[in-house]
Amino acid sequence: MSTASVYEKYPAQDPSVLIPMLQDIQEILGYLPEDEMHKVANFTRLPVSRIYGVATFYNQFRLQPLGQHVIRVCRGTACHVKGSLDILTTLENELKIKAGETTKDLLFTLETVACIGACSIAPVISIDNEYYGHLTVKKVQKILASFKNDQTEE
Amino acid sequence: MRITINDKECWANPGETILAVAEREGLKIPTLCYLKGLSPTGSCRICVVEVESQRSLVPSCAFPVFEGMKVKTNSPQVRRARKTIIELLLANHPQECLQCVRNGNCELQSLAAEYGVRSLRYKGERRTQKLDVASPSIERDPEKCILCGRCVRICHEVQSVGAIDIAQRGFKSTVTPAFYNSLNTVPCVFCGQCIVNCPVGALKEKSHEKIVWDAINHPEKHVVVQVAPAVRVALGEEFGMEPGSVVTGKIVTALRRLGFNTVFDTDFSADLTIMEEATELLDRLNNGGKLPMLTSCSPGWIKYIEHFYPEQLSNLSSCKSPHEMQGALIKSFYAEKMKIDPSKIFVVSIMPCTAKKYEAQRPELGEDYQDVDAVLTTRELARMIKNAGIDFTKLPDDYFDDPLGESTGAGVIFGSSGGVMEAALRTAYFTLTGKEMDNIDFRPIRGLEGVKEADVPVKGIVLKVAAVNSLKNINYFLDQIKAGTSPYHFIEVMACPGGCINGGGQPLPSNPAKTEKRMQAIYKIDRELPKRCSHQNESVQKLYKEFLGHPNSHKAHELLHTHYVRRDVE
Repeated sequence: MSTASVYEKYPAQDPSVLIPMLQDIQEILGYLPEDEMHKVANFTRLPVSRIYGVATFYNQFRLQPLGQHVIRVCRGTACHVKGSLDILTTLENELKIKAGETTKDLLFTLETVACIGACSIAPVISIDNEYYGHLTVKKVQKILASFKNDQTEE
Repeated sequence: MRITINDKECWANPGETILAVAEREGLKIPTLCYLKGLSPTGSCRICVVEVESQRSLVPSCAFPVFEGMKVKTNSPQVRRARKTIIELLLANHPQECLQCVRNGNCELQSLAAEYGVRSLRYKGERRTQKLDVASPSIERDPEKCILCGRCVRICHEVQSVGAIDIAQRGFKSTVTPAFYNSLNTVPCVFCGQCIVNCPVGALKEKSHEKIVWDAINHPEKHVVVQVAPAVRVALGEEFGMEPGSVVTGKIVTALRRLGFNTVFDTDFSADLTIMEEATELLDRLNNGGKLPMLTSCSPGWIKYIEHFYPEQLSNLSSCKSPHEMQGALIKSFYAEKMKIDPSKIFVVSIMPCTAKKYEAQRPELGEDYQDVDAVLTTRELARMIKNAGIDFTKLPDDYFDDPLGESTGAGVIFGSSGGVMEAALRTAYFTLTGKEMDNIDFRPIRGLEGVKEADVPVKGIVLKVAAVNSLKNINYFLDQIKAGTSPYHFIEVMACPGGCINGGGQPLPSNPAKTEKRMQAIYKIDRELPKRCSHQNESVQKLYKEFLGHPNSHKAHELLHTHYVRRDVE
């Protein structure tokens, strides 16, 4: 996928277009690769340190490609009370990554969200927009295993 | 408009900040993140004051005045808030003050003392962050950083380099080059303005003290030292002397006592630079060479143009910077004269500059040996003198050694922005007309302003010259050259604001008032010298007669000139 259209859409040497540009690039590529940030720096005439500063400041920007499956762990109040920290730790240990990271095989990305809005089934996670509620550590391991098995079968 | 500060009525201009008015009124408000003339960020909050009708304390560095405003700069509430801010800063600070390079000269330390922090009420989490020590000039210790952002603003707004910025947010915030790279791999020009504007010990020069001590203590090494012009008007500050004290003679004595075998003056090769550079300029003028010619003594500026305007490299004078010329001569002319094997000579430059450390290891600056082996900043020399137990202020004066120790006023003014230009004009005029100028003071190109210009009529032509300092200011001139519309013949460029007197290696902290005094001292030395033009330097003339032939000769080109390389911005 090419980002050429983004550079045609915006005026050059105009620092004010930085954030919309980064958003568009992420829309196309799913994340902001290093070389794109360098390209944006040249295009806007801003130092690349500034591009990097902006890209790392806002949570909406990701600097790593997204995994095939995106796991979001709800860390809202209800889920917290119901033990969502254990769920998160379990996922981190199983996947050997921290929240916000992607596994080396690019299979899973693990994220936390402030509240998914499904407190009645807390603790809850979503995987690829599918919701899993009333979770326990055991259930999470099972769900994860099923995803991994699917992968090996394919 | 009229406002009241601490029950005293005073006048203020609309748009001014409370801090600006308070400063004018002689009231002291502590600051950390504030840098005069640059965009206020109000991030550190140490300058908070009480303003009647405002719900909470306001940062005086960013808060504009309004008619009838009533301000209290030192109420109990203000003092309590400031103390808490300091305590919170200390809560995630490593507090390794005793081992820190800024011990005794740290703004955070001073504030903690002034506000009577005697215990630590808060225990914060510490960030573990990597040191960045890979560059030849500047070392970063992000754990000590208090995120005031002064380095970032200097780098972006004054130098237009933008090597570093604040990345991440909240507790993870940090000052870093993009992608957590080292300064070594980004277009940092090593000017060191981040160091002289850092309130704490998060930024410092790469120290050469140990290798210099080792060389001095080496039984077979012949250690030759040279001192840049701007060092002699600043080193005294490190020993409690007034800014602008001229300590040339004391430096020579101190260097002898430290154990250097020979003490030369970089002012000598500044004079030599003028002979070479003025000749080069006249050659370009007469033979249709590339104009305007840009000066080449500021290594931060050289790295800047190599990164950001590589198409304009042929406008640069091919002259090496003075201390590199001196180094080359020490290892050839001097070695020959003294019958010393050049491989046993160790050349140390005392410089007001951090970029010179990087420059000294550029591969093209030296044939069989590097021209210069180590570069000490003014600060490092001060540390060595203290280390050796020398009571600097009580030292008697001494004189530089011959034959690379004689200098004129033209050599010394290299230390101040506009000085190289003025020195070159004094000699260019003489070379063109065969007459000395009636008045050799070029006042329009003196001073701390970022851009100074003059039209100098010489023998039927009008030389259009400019002296530029702070790298952001040169972009306009470079864009002009790029577009082919530059009306100038000769442009002096210094990377640091005000020139070398305010270089990245000078005593801390930097401020315009100190720079002004150092500048006045530079021109005072010039004024009081019997010879004030480079071509009057007899040792330089003798050097040409005995060794180099004439300015821009083949031998001069081999030893005193260099070339530049295109560098990536990334």
